[in-house]
Amino acid sequence: MLASVLGTGVARAAKEYNLQPPVTPIGEQIFDLHIYIMWICVVIFVGVFAVMFYSIFAHRKSKGHQAAQFHENTMVEVVWTIIPFFILLFMAFPATKTILAMKDTTVPDMTIKVTGYQWKWGYDYIDDGFGFVSNLKTPYTQIHNQEPKGEHYLLEVDQPMVVPVGKRVRVLITAGDVIHSWWVPAFGVKQDAIPGFVRDSWFRADKPGIYRGQCAELCGKEHGFMPVVVEVLPADQYAAWADAQKKKATAAADDPAKVWDPKDLIARGEGVYTANCAACHQATGKGVPPAFPPLDGSKIATGPVEAHLDTVLNGVVKNGQSTAMVPWKNTLSPTDIAAVITYERNSWGNHVGDAVQPAQVVAAKK
Amino acid sequence: MSSIPHDHAADHAADHGHAHDEHAHYPGGIMRWITTTNHKDIGTLYLWFSFIMFLAGGCLALTIRTELFEPGLQIVDPEFFNSLTTLHGLIMIFGAIMPAAVGFANWQVPMMIGAPDMAFARMNNWSFWLLPFAATLLFTSFFVPGGAAAGGWTLYAPLSVQAGMGMDLTIFAIHIMGASSIMGSINIITTILNLRAPGMTLMKMPLFVWTWLITAYLLIAVMPVLAGAVTMLLTDRHFGTSFFNAAGGGDPVMFQHIFWFFGHPEVYIMILPAFGIVSTIIPAFSRKPLFGYASMVYATSSIAILSFLVWAHHMFTVGMPAAGQIFFMYMTMLIAVPTGVKVFNWVATMWKGSMTFETPMLFAIGFIFLFTLGGFTGLVLAITPVDIQLQDTYYVVAHFHYVLVAGSLFAFFGGIYYWLPKWCGRMYNETMGKWHFWLSMIFFNVTFFPMHFLGLAGMPRRVPDYATQFADWNMVASIGAFGFGLSQLLLLYNVLTTIRSGPPAPAKPWEGSDTLEWTLPSPAPYHTFETPPVVE
Repeated sequence: MLASVLGTGVARAAKEYNLQPPVTPIGEQIFDLHIYIMWICVVIFVGVFAVMFYSIFAHRKSKGHQAAQFHENTMVEVVWTIIPFFILLFMAFPATKTILAMKDTTVPDMTIKVTGYQWKWGYDYIDDGFGFVSNLKTPYTQIHNQEPKGEHYLLEVDQPMVVPVGKRVRVLITAGDVIHSWWVPAFGVKQDAIPGFVRDSWFRADKPGIYRGQCAELCGKEHGFMPVVVEVLPADQYAAWADAQKKKATAAADDPAKVWDPKDLIARGEGVYTANCAACHQATGKGVPPAFPPLDGSKIATGPVEAHLDTVLNGVVKNGQSTAMVPWKNTLSPTDIAAVITYERNSWGNHVGDAVQPAQVVAAKK
Repeated sequence: MSSIPHDHAADHAADHGHAHDEHAHYPGGIMRWITTTNHKDIGTLYLWFSFIMFLAGGCLALTIRTELFEPGLQIVDPEFFNSLTTLHGLIMIFGAIMPAAVGFANWQVPMMIGAPDMAFARMNNWSFWLLPFAATLLFTSFFVPGGAAAGGWTLYAPLSVQAGMGMDLTIFAIHIMGASSIMGSINIITTILNLRAPGMTLMKMPLFVWTWLITAYLLIAVMPVLAGAVTMLLTDRHFGTSFFNAAGGGDPVMFQHIFWFFGHPEVYIMILPAFGIVSTIIPAFSRKPLFGYASMVYATSSIAILSFLVWAHHMFTVGMPAAGQIFFMYMTMLIAVPTGVKVFNWVATMWKGSMTFETPMLFAIGFIFLFTLGGFTGLVLAITPVDIQLQDTYYVVAHFHYVLVAGSLFAFFGGIYYWLPKWCGRMYNETMGKWHFWLSMIFFNVTFFPMHFLGLAGMPRRVPDYATQFADWNMVASIGAFGFGLSQLLLLYNVLTTIRSGPPAPAKPWEGSDTLEWTLPSPAPYHTFETPPVVE
């Protein structure tokens, strides 16, 4: 009992003081490299300051120490310029090897495209033809201290990225709006997601488990609330998961020609709104003016449906520059867009009473 | 003549050797400060401005630390939190550290080289008086629609293109502060190169003058680059250009390259004058000449040159080719060599000296100790693979606060205690000065040392809320921050009481100091060295 308490205590302390335990070959190299460099620094630091503090102790006026008047010594100065140079060589060699290994993204077993959005991650399994968006799962009530915080507070998502154990996974990283950074500490992977450009990185997770990270590049208001969660599964479980995902993707593909009952649209729209819109426009539809305008009573949400469709599909562009209201036409399906617009027009104080059908969205997209 | 302060007149009556001080006439009241072209007045203005900005930026920092005291959102919303971190950075860098360094230069450079004033006295006035306007723009930006800039002090595009009009105010503030810095630098370079007293050759100049000469060149080289970067941001925001927009053929990463081409030399702009102050204080209180003067000059110059070749180490995660990462890693590691030379020289200066430990010396030693620690974490961060883990985490926050707060700021504190007797002719309270040092030293480490652990464990920077495993160290850091902030009030109180009622200081209160300003009476007369002194 005591041993287990002590054990968790030590494990917890270690977790709080050092890099997270690595589970990839690169992660391990980085972990060791950091320990190695740190100890070299500690030894030099202790050496230099032992001399300084000895001097402070011994060469003080209050002890009657007379000041020597020397002020240069070429030999000493050359030596202490050259020795650090050689110490640096011993640091540079292993570091260079690790850089080359990190940068070698050739021969992957599988490729996943990761897209950063304000403020969520999109994962596309390019080889298997399915994909999904991964949102923060921690409820707002926990963030606003209205209920106790869970074990994985801020580091939990509705749908994690899933990969098989022991496989070389190449990640192609990009962004849809501003710069984000995809970071899983246990993998030793951090790569900025840059809008308009695709960068790549790779990892091979050698231990099944759930690994948690966060967006590492300031990306706006909810930057602190877009975690990265990766679940590493044994090969057979991964195969089953991927298979289920493929089937789900086929089944969930909505028929854009279907005519929906307005009530069903509103119900579905509420879910779409909560996952995609509420971060800025708030669950109450009141927004955070002036940066994030209210939808409750807004001209667009209560006016002609064409303008509303245009705003959601194409985003808002001011002076030729995109704003925080990004285009949704490539992120959400026509059915989801129809649902969320219908929801926005018929919620809070808005009672327009009309419904937008997926077919209208498809038409407006053209 | 009636407007000469009482103590001032009394002093110069007592000092017949400096009767030329009679020429000190200036308008009374506020007009003295608005119209002044006197390097000492302008130095005072710079230093007070910087201290006010330091307190203002500190209040922003304390708001940040209050929000981060425990997990969850308590007192500010996330967007305002981002404005706080952004403005804290901008105000501390452009409002507190840089103007403080220029303040020291204004007071000390002419007196240390035996010049009567700065070379361009009227431009000197303008360089200073631009700053309050820039600061006003920054503070007003909190109240405009959309709030103050919230993209971090680095203003990365495209996030900063997305922002509200607070960003435009920030861009204009940066333009104004840049103009002020460039004019200040031109003035300092001209003064140093043209107004030295006979016999004061370049290699006889006090090291503080050397470090400022090099700093001024760095400023002239990089402030226009920053101005260019923010101007491109402005045209991307309002005039339809696409410098940083991939859809229009631009590249968001180009902003980072341009920004850090300014940003890295900027780091040395903030630290080199501090090196100069420490290199002045250590020999004075060791009663022994500075060890390796020539190698100090060469080390400072090599740091300045290398600073132009390392910028991309701030960008190891953008996805550079391996060759780029390796080049910038090697160049960055190389900076450890001249920096090490400086630390060794300071320790060798103390070695076999006859040391006393008044407040300036304590801050100088604190500087060497903690700056070296920050230098070592800088070396850890230079190692690209390790940096990729630590980039944008609290480890980086810890690192740059060790070099900027325990580095630059501690050196400036030391400089204030060291020269205050010369500036106002009165001695500060030594006991209170020592309390200020020890409290600052302890609370600084309580605040920033735990941030190394937070960063290693995986806490990103610039977040208003964090996972529960980071709670303990954040609470410790927040407590430390309040301790550190409150300790600074001791400095304010000490300086104010010294100016009003401190005991009179002798012309040379420090036994071991040997630069020209100590040949003048205390307080230094309004006009000094109208007839240049002859150096050996």
